Formats: sequence, structure tokens, C-alpha cells
Amino acid sequence: MKKIIQMLTLLPFFLWSCGGAEQRADTPKTDDSVLEKQEEVHGQEVKELALSTPLDQAMVKEGLAIYDLKCSACHKLTDEKLVGPGWTGVTKRRKPTWIVNMITNVDMMLAEDAEAQKMLEECLVRMPNQNITATEARSLIEYMRQNDGEK
Amino acid sequence: MKMKYLKIAASALAIIGMNACKPSADKTSSGSFLAGDAAEKVYVKPGTHDEFYNIVSGGFNGQLSVVGLPSGRTLKIIPVFSQFAESGWGYSEETKPMLNTSHGFVPWDDSHHVALSTTKSEHDGRWAFINGNNTPRIARVSLSTFRTEEIIEIPNSGGNHSSPFITANTEYAVAGTRFSVPPDNNADVPISSFKQNFKGYISFVSIDKATGRMGIKFQLKTPGVSFDLARAGKGKSADWFFFSTYNTEQANTLLEVNASQKDKDFILAVNWKKAEEYLAKGKGKKEAAKYAHNVYSEETHSATSTILNEVMTLDPKECPDMLYFMPCPKSPHGCDVDPTGQFIVGSGKLAAVIPVFSFDKMLKAIANKTYDGNFDGIPVLKYDAVLHGEVKKPGLGPLHTEFDGQGNAITSFFVSSELVKWNIAKLEVIDRVPTFYSVGHLSIPGGPTAKPYGKYVVAYNKITKDRYLPTGPELAQSAQLYDISGEKMKLLLDFPTVGEPHYAESIPASLIEKNTKKIFKLEENKHPYVAKGEKETKVVRKGNEVHIYMTAIRSHFSPDNIEGIKLGDVVYFHLTNLEQDWDVPHGFAVRGALNAEILVMPGETSTLKWIPTKVGVTPMYCTDFCSALHQEMQGYIRVSPAGSKVPLSWGTGKNPVSDAEKKVAKR
Repeated sequence: MKKIIQMLTLLPFFLWSCGGAEQRADTPKTDDSVLEKQEEVHGQEVKELALSTPLDQAMVKEGLAIYDLKCSACHKLTDEKLVGPGWTGVTKRRKPTWIVNMITNVDMMLAEDAEAQKMLEECLVRMPNQNITATEARSLIEYMRQNDGEK
Repeated sequence: MKMKYLKIAASALAIIGMNACKPSADKTSSGSFLAGDAAEKVYVKPGTHDEFYNIVSGGFNGQLSVVGLPSGRTLKIIPVFSQFAESGWGYSEETKPMLNTSHGFVPWDDSHHVALSTTKSEHDGRWAFINGNNTPRIARVSLSTFRTEEIIEIPNSGGNHSSPFITANTEYAVAGTRFSVPPDNNADVPISSFKQNFKGYISFVSIDKATGRMGIKFQLKTPGVSFDLARAGKGKSADWFFFSTYNTEQANTLLEVNASQKDKDFILAVNWKKAEEYLAKGKGKKEAAKYAHNVYSEETHSATSTILNEVMTLDPKECPDMLYFMPCPKSPHGCDVDPTGQFIVGSGKLAAVIPVFSFDKMLKAIANKTYDGNFDGIPVLKYDAVLHGEVKKPGLGPLHTEFDGQGNAITSFFVSSELVKWNIAKLEVIDRVPTFYSVGHLSIPGGPTAKPYGKYVVAYNKITKDRYLPTGPELAQSAQLYDISGEKMKLLLDFPTVGEPHYAESIPASLIEKNTKKIFKLEENKHPYVAKGEKETKVVRKGNEVHIYMTAIRSHFSPDNIEGIKLGDVVYFHLTNLEQDWDVPHGFAVRGALNAEILVMPGETSTLKWIPTKVGVTPMYCTDFCSALHQEMQGYIRVSPAGSKVPLSWGTGKNPVSDAEKKVAKR
């Protein structure tokens, strides 16, 4: 259902982009809203996320690859804080939806979530948008769970 | 005080030239030309966007400016034929090949004319093309990344002025040579043998529909004249291209006098479809010529330069019915085709009229062979047979014409310093408005397309004088924005420009902004020296070359401590920006770098070459304010004497704060 809603919200964007012959209007329209939308899933709050045991090893593997490419510069796998907090224990401290939203919907989190705001005060660097999709973020959760000793 | 004003007025008059049809140059410009609601019309509320992108050539700076209209705010400078220390363009190892030519590295040019890509003669928002006038080149700039993606050099050309105007569906950009030249492969001839040996080469540069990739399809070896400007036909005339010429006297010295002898020069009409037919029939001849073709890849974030060694030529003598001359008074500059494709407007710099040619009449004259002799074997059509009519007494020194889409044309007049609006069908002047001072090019949004948007015209003035706060002998070139939505043109805004704009085009923001590139995806980065994550950072020595695979993210480099570099080494910092968020570039600078800093966009890899000159510890840091801890984004590189035994080592070190905290916790 969520996917369908997502697709529907993107629909006008696609229609707009294939304007072709219709592009010419007497008063050309300037639509800034398309600019504000990220091309991936940012801005879509993830409200529910089901975990399953045992861990999905394919997701763990994907999560590790994403970690190496986009996360490891700021987050250690230990409890050591670098730019951001170390990942040890993160799945115990935070709900999975909280983590996913910090990854994919950081603007909303920093605007609304007291815990996220507290983190910013400590780290002083905004958690960046690393262009990670909700599906990819789900894989990161799996990898974090493994890092926290789950099987 | 009064005396001073008199002097300024006098100098302004001297520039503009004294003459009866000159509008009064009101210094404050507050006369009836200024719209009463000017401020409201150009005010773009904070946080909102301009309505048009104005893509402006930079003239002698070899760059493009991106300006918002109607505000006149400069949004970006795009280096094209130039090095740009601000971003490292032309200094970084990846971009240096873009400025390669058959002469070697030429990091400068004189860029004149902008051509935005079109489909069916309407803007499609994909690319901007611009010519390099001095070392003949054409560049293609992406309107998604606002970066130069490709540059092709033009052989057999001496000054690529009549360029890069494009055909209706962006099939070709053209390159007409301003200086006729002997062929590159047989060029050691006496200058006085101009008439025998010199040719006016016109190159047709094909543009791939999908990728925009350019290649010289063919060159026409036309008689030795100077090609000035050009426009493609549209609609019914879309198979044709029109080029203005001067120096049909074929003078090779003191052109100021010797090239102004004849009452009429020519507009050359080229049937390019016919040229394609001759090419298909095997009439083309490959000739030796050396030229560079440089392409930037968004995947590898790197450019390659290839030197090509031959070019296809077509000799008009073997290709009848392909070229025709239309006589045009006198040393025509602009050669502009109206939105319907029916009318071709010649602007004789030294003429007292604006001749308007009819495409239908031209075809008729060709069919009936209504010739007035020939010029070096190319038929000259009779002036009266091809003329739609002349605009009488329009002003002095007409240069360029654009169209408002309402059946009117607006022509710029350098000598009388004004814009003149006239009706194309009736050939009647409707309105005139002064420019401050001495307008060169002008630009109406969509003005050269089949469907102009009208609304505004921008005058790009050649003389600035007293328009802005003075800044010493050199002044910012002045542009002026006019409202043309009503019958009377109204001045709205003066705005300074960068470099010396020649031509510019404007395109609705909605056609560009939706395609803007925000980041380069790390997953798609195919740079040979990319570090995809800090895990891949390393330092590799190959003889005296040291390659540092480095990453940047808010707010540290990895590695940020490097030792084992020796005097005599050539160090390459290959910096990958690991950020994937819009508008988070990182910069990189190292003390004593003899080239530049680099700015690296999210997901991009860029390389700064550094040859250490001193033994010691050299700082390096991020030059782009990236976060609250930007000032901490710094590191050291140790340079030891040649022959030193210091081993190569690197790291981002343990976090000392965290270590200290742990010690405290243990207690």
C-alpha cells in the first residue's frame, strides 16, 4: 500500500518530466516543489517495521556493503563516538523505525524528534542524507542487529 | 559639480556618436524609458526563484555565466575554455585534458555565442553550446550538471566566430571561420596569395541525439571571405543555414578600409540537406587535419583528449545547387531568422537600412535562376528578387536582431545606442529605447527559437562608463533588462555581468531545474582511483609517484596523517567525497600547491597533483565550509629529504577525545 502511495505522489513528477510538446506555455511555470523533493525516498516517514529471527543473511551482507561505502567514515562498530555515535548497542537503545527514519528522513527527525535533536547537540554535525532507500536502510538494521550479537 | 556632469555627458556623447536619430542619453535613465513599476517587476522575493535562466557568454574570460531573470542575479560561472582556480577546473588531473588542443594546452579562449539545444526549433533544456573564437573550438555544456562535457577543436579555421548556431533539431552546430585561411596541411603560402590559396571553411559539427557527442561531419571549402554570424532556418527553411559575410573584397591587409569597399557583401545560404546528399554520394574528400576532441565522463569523473588526423571536406565546385549568395548591404553582422523561418534579417553594420530577405522569394529566384553573376563559381541571387523589403532609417550600426513571437523584431544599434522594435511584415519601426551605452548583442527569452516567450529583452552593452560605482580603469560590463510585454519597451533594471558578454539565451526555469543533478551516486563512481568508503583509503607508491586514495566526509579526511613522502616525489591526492546529500561539496588545499585547490562534489572523485618543494610537515585542509567542525577538517603530510628511510604510513588516527574519555571512565 505504502509503495502505491509513493508511486502516486511521484506520478505528477513523471508527467511533468515528459512534457515534450506541451512544454510551451504563454507564462512558463516555475515549480520549485519538484526541486525540494529528493529523488529517492526522503521525506517518507517509515512508521512500522517488522523484525524477524533468525537474521536474513542476504540483508546482513547488503547492510555491510552500505556501511563500508556510506557510514563507516562517521560511525564505528564499537561504542566509540567518531563524528556520530558508535553502533554497539544501537539496536537496543533505539526502535528500528527510529533508526530507519534517522537514515532516510533526517530532516523530519531533527525537526520533531527530541532524541534526534539531543544527538545533534552532542555531535554538532547533522546526520547527512546519504541517499539510502528505505529498503537499504532495512538491510542496515539487519547488519546492526548482527553487530549487536543477534543471530 | 556642474562641470563634472558636463564632462561625463560629453564623453558619453563622444562614445555614442553625434547624430540626429540618437535618442537623448539621459544619464539617470529615469526618463520615460523607465517603467514606473520597475522595482516590483524585477523583485524576486527572498526564497523564491527567478522565472528564467539566462545563459550568458563571458567573452574574453572564456566562460559562461548563469544569471536569473528578471532579478539579474548571477548564480554560477561555468568555466569552459578556461582554468578556474575556484573549483580546480582545468587544474585537476581529471579536467586538464578538456583544454587540450592540436597546439597543446590552451587554457583560455574568447567565447562568444551561446546556443541552447532545441527540438523542432524550440528549447529542450538539454545542452548549451558555445564557441571558442581564438583557438577554434566548440564546447557542449550540460544543463543538468552545469559543467562542460565536451570540447571539439575546429581545424582549417582562423577564428571560430560564426558559431556554434544550431539546426532545428540540434542535428548540427556550425563553425564558420572569421579569417579565411589556407588549408592546414598546406598553409605555408604568401599572405598576398589570399585569392588563390585562402578558403572560408564552414564546418558542420554533428551532435548525437542521445548523448550530445560531437564530431565534424564535413567542412565546406567556400571562397575566401570572412564569416561573421549565422542562423539555421526553421520550419520550411529548416534544411538551410544562413551565414553573414564580410570582406568579400578578399583583402588581407587594412581590412578597416579595404573590406568596406563594396556596397554589398553577402549572406550565404547553405542547403545542408543537399550537402548530406553529396556526402552520401561519395563527393566528400578526406583531408589531413589535426584537431583535438575532448570528452568528460560523468561516470569516471574524468576527461579524455583524442587527437584526430583527418576531416571530411566538400568542394562546392563539385556540388552544384548547394550554396547561393544573397547580396546584403553592407558588411552584415547579424543574420537572424524569424520564428516562422520565412524571413532572414541582415544587419549591415555600415548600412542605413535593415534588409529583410524572403525565404519563398529565395527559392523562387533559385528555381528561375535569377542570378546576378557568380562569386568564385557560386551563383549570386539578384538582391531585388530575394528581398522582402528594407526597414528605412532604423538607426545607426545595426548589429543583431531577436524576435518577440508577436510578429515583431527588436534590433540592437551600436552606434546610435538603442534598441529598435519593428514589425516584420510591415517593415515599420514601432518603438525605440536608448541603451546605456552602445548595445552589442541582445536577447529575448526564446528569441532565436520558433516560439519566443517574449516578455523581456536584455541588452548587453559594450560601454559602461558611469552606470555603476567606479572600479578603476576596468568596469563591469553593463546589461539592461527591458519589459517588452507592452507596445512600448520599458527599462526595468541595470545589472553588471562577468567578462564581456556577447550573445546570451534565456530559457524558462521550469525546463531546466527539474533535471538538475544534485549528487553523483557513489555506487556509480568508476574513477580509477576512487575510494568507496574509508576502508578503501590507502597510499600507494609507484617509483616516485605517490597515489593517495583519500576520502572526505563531514568533517574529516581519511587519511589525514601521511608520512614517507620524499622530496622529488610527485604526489596525487585522489579525493572522493563520500557525501550523498545535495550541496555538500568538500574542498581540498595543500600548502605550496602550484596549481589550485579542488572542490569535490558529493560522490565525485577529483585529483590534485602536488610536487613538494620543501622538506617538512605540510598542512592540508578543506576549503569549503562544510559543517560546524569544518575548521577541524585538516591534516598533515610529512615530506622527508630525497633518499630518506621514513616508511610510507598513513591513517586517520584514533579519536583522541574518545581515548581520553575512556581513560577517565576507567578511573
